[in-house]
Amino acid sequence: MEQLLKILEKNARIPLEDAAAMIGKTTQEAAAMLDQAQSEGIVRGFRTLVDWEKANVACVEAVIELHVSPKKDRGFDEIASAVAAFDEVESVLLMSGGYDLQVIVQGKNFQEIALFVAKRLSPLDDVLSTATHFVLRTYKRDGVMYQDEEVDERECTVL
Amino acid sequence: MNNTIDYDKLISPRAAAMRPSGIRKFFDLAAEMPDCISLGVGEPDFKTPWAIRDAGIRSLERGKTKYTANAGMIELREEICKYMKRRFDLEYNDRSEVLVTVGGSEAIDICVRSLVQPGDEVIIVEPCFVCYEPITVLTGGVPVHLTTREEDDFRLTADELRAAITPKTKLLVLPFPNNPTGAVMEKEHLEEIAEVLRGTDIMVLSDEIYAELNYGKNRHVSIASLPGMQERTIVVNGFSKAYAMTGWRLGYACGPAPIIKAMTKIHQSCIMSAPTTSQYAAVVAMRECDAEIEKMRLEYNQRRRLVVKGFNDMGLHCFEPKGAFYVFPCIKTTGMSSQEFCQELLMNKKVAVVPGDAFGECGEGYIRISYAYSVEHLTTALKRIREFLAERGLMQEN
Repeated sequence: MEQLLKILEKNARIPLEDAAAMIGKTTQEAAAMLDQAQSEGIVRGFRTLVDWEKANVACVEAVIELHVSPKKDRGFDEIASAVAAFDEVESVLLMSGGYDLQVIVQGKNFQEIALFVAKRLSPLDDVLSTATHFVLRTYKRDGVMYQDEEVDERECTVL
Repeated sequence: MNNTIDYDKLISPRAAAMRPSGIRKFFDLAAEMPDCISLGVGEPDFKTPWAIRDAGIRSLERGKTKYTANAGMIELREEICKYMKRRFDLEYNDRSEVLVTVGGSEAIDICVRSLVQPGDEVIIVEPCFVCYEPITVLTGGVPVHLTTREEDDFRLTADELRAAITPKTKLLVLPFPNNPTGAVMEKEHLEEIAEVLRGTDIMVLSDEIYAELNYGKNRHVSIASLPGMQERTIVVNGFSKAYAMTGWRLGYACGPAPIIKAMTKIHQSCIMSAPTTSQYAAVVAMRECDAEIEKMRLEYNQRRRLVVKGFNDMGLHCFEPKGAFYVFPCIKTTGMSSQEFCQELLMNKKVAVVPGDAFGECGEGYIRISYAYSVEHLTTALKRIREFLAERGLMQEN
C-alpha cells in the first residue's frame, strides 16, 4: 500500500495499470488497494499543480501566522476548524515553535487577501494576532520545480 | 622539405585495431534530433546524495587538494573493508588488499595488465560491458568469448566454462550483475563455477559494480566469498552505480596482496592517486549512505517491473533481469537485426536504444534498454515503441 501511495503522490495521473506493474501487483489488486485507501480517508483527493504565473492568471498567495488561544477541552481543534472552513483558506497547519497555526490563503489580488485577514480572520474571538507574508514567487511546490527545468546532461559516452 | 606526417603509420597497430564504439553513430544522430528520447545511458539519473556532495565540498574548503597515498587514503580503504564485510561478508586487509582507483574501469584495466602476458587467454563472459576485450588485446592477451544464453537466464554455466579452459587460460572476467542483460548469479550458480576453478591457477576478475542493484530474493553474493575463492579473485567495485557518483570517477579493487601490489605499481605510474575530493566524499558515502542506496534501489525496482511488463505486453519477450538497471528484450520476432531495429526506431519514433550486438555477437536479436530515467520518460518511450511495432503489424498482444 505504501509503495502505491508514494507513486500516486508523485503522479496522480499515472495509469493504474502502470502503478500496479511498478509494485508487482495486478491492476485489480492495485484498484482494490486504492479503493480501500479512499474509503478509509487515506487518499484525500487528486489535484493538479498549476503554475498560475505562467498561465497569466492573477493569483496571490499568502502565508499567515496565527497566534490563537486554545480551548481548555478541545485545544486548537475548534479554532483550526473554524479557520479551515473559509473557502479562501488552502491549508491550515498546527505548528511547533513561534506561532500556533499556519494558514495559507489564495486570492485574486493583495487587497482581497488583506480584506480577508482584516474582516474575517482577525475578528475571530480566539485569534490573538496575525502576521501575513505574501508569496512573491514559487520555485518549487509539492516536489515539482516551477522555475528552471532540469536538462538531462547525461551522454552515452561508453556503454 | 615535405613535412607531412602520416599519423596512421605512427599509431600502434594495437591501438589502431581498436574498434570505435558501435553505438556512437546512433547517439550522435539522436543528439541532433529534437524531441528524441534516449534509453541509452548507462549511469544513474539520481544526483549523488547530498551528504556525499557536502563532504566533497567540505574537503575543498579545508584545502584538501593534494595527492593522497597511491593506494588511496587509508581512511577510505578502512571504510571499504568495513563495507565489504558488512554488505558481502568479505574480509580484506586495508593496508595490503585494497586499491582505490579512478572508477571501476581503471581497476579492470590494471588488473588485466598486472596479470596478462602476450598469448594468455582471458575468458570474457558475453554479452558484457565493452571494455574487457580492448584492454585484453592491448596487453597482447587473447580474448576467449564465452556466450551466455537467455534459456540459461544469461548465466555462466560450469560446463561452458570447463569447455573454454585451456592451459593458456589466465583470467576469467565475471561481470555479474550484468550489463546489458541484468542477469545475476545466485550463490548456487557461483558455487558451480568455483568448483571448476578451485585447484587451478586461473584468476577471476569479478566486476561487481552493480552489486547493490539487486532485485531478487537474495542479496548479491560475491564469488570471492565462497570457500577457496578469495585467493583467486579480484573484486572490482566502485561508487558510480550504487551511490550515483559516476562523475566522481572512483572505484576500487580488493584481492590477494601480491596482485594488489602489482596493480598499485601500475596505478602509481599512470595515475598517481585517485581524485582526492572524491575520496573524501566516498568516506561519507560508505559511512552514512546505506539508506540512500536502498532508496534508489527501490525506485529502480519499480521502473524495472514497469519496463519488463511494458515489453512483454507488446510481444517483445523480455527476460526478467534481477540486477543492474537494464532490460534486454528480444526483438527476433520482428525479423529485424538489432542494428536495423535501433536505426528504424530512432528514425521513425525518435527513441534511441542500444543494439544488443554492441555487447558481443551473442547480443544480436536483443536491444538494451536503460531504466535510469523517470517513470514519465519511460512511459513515453514505451508508448512510442508500441506505436512503432503496431504500425509495422509487429505487435503481438500478450
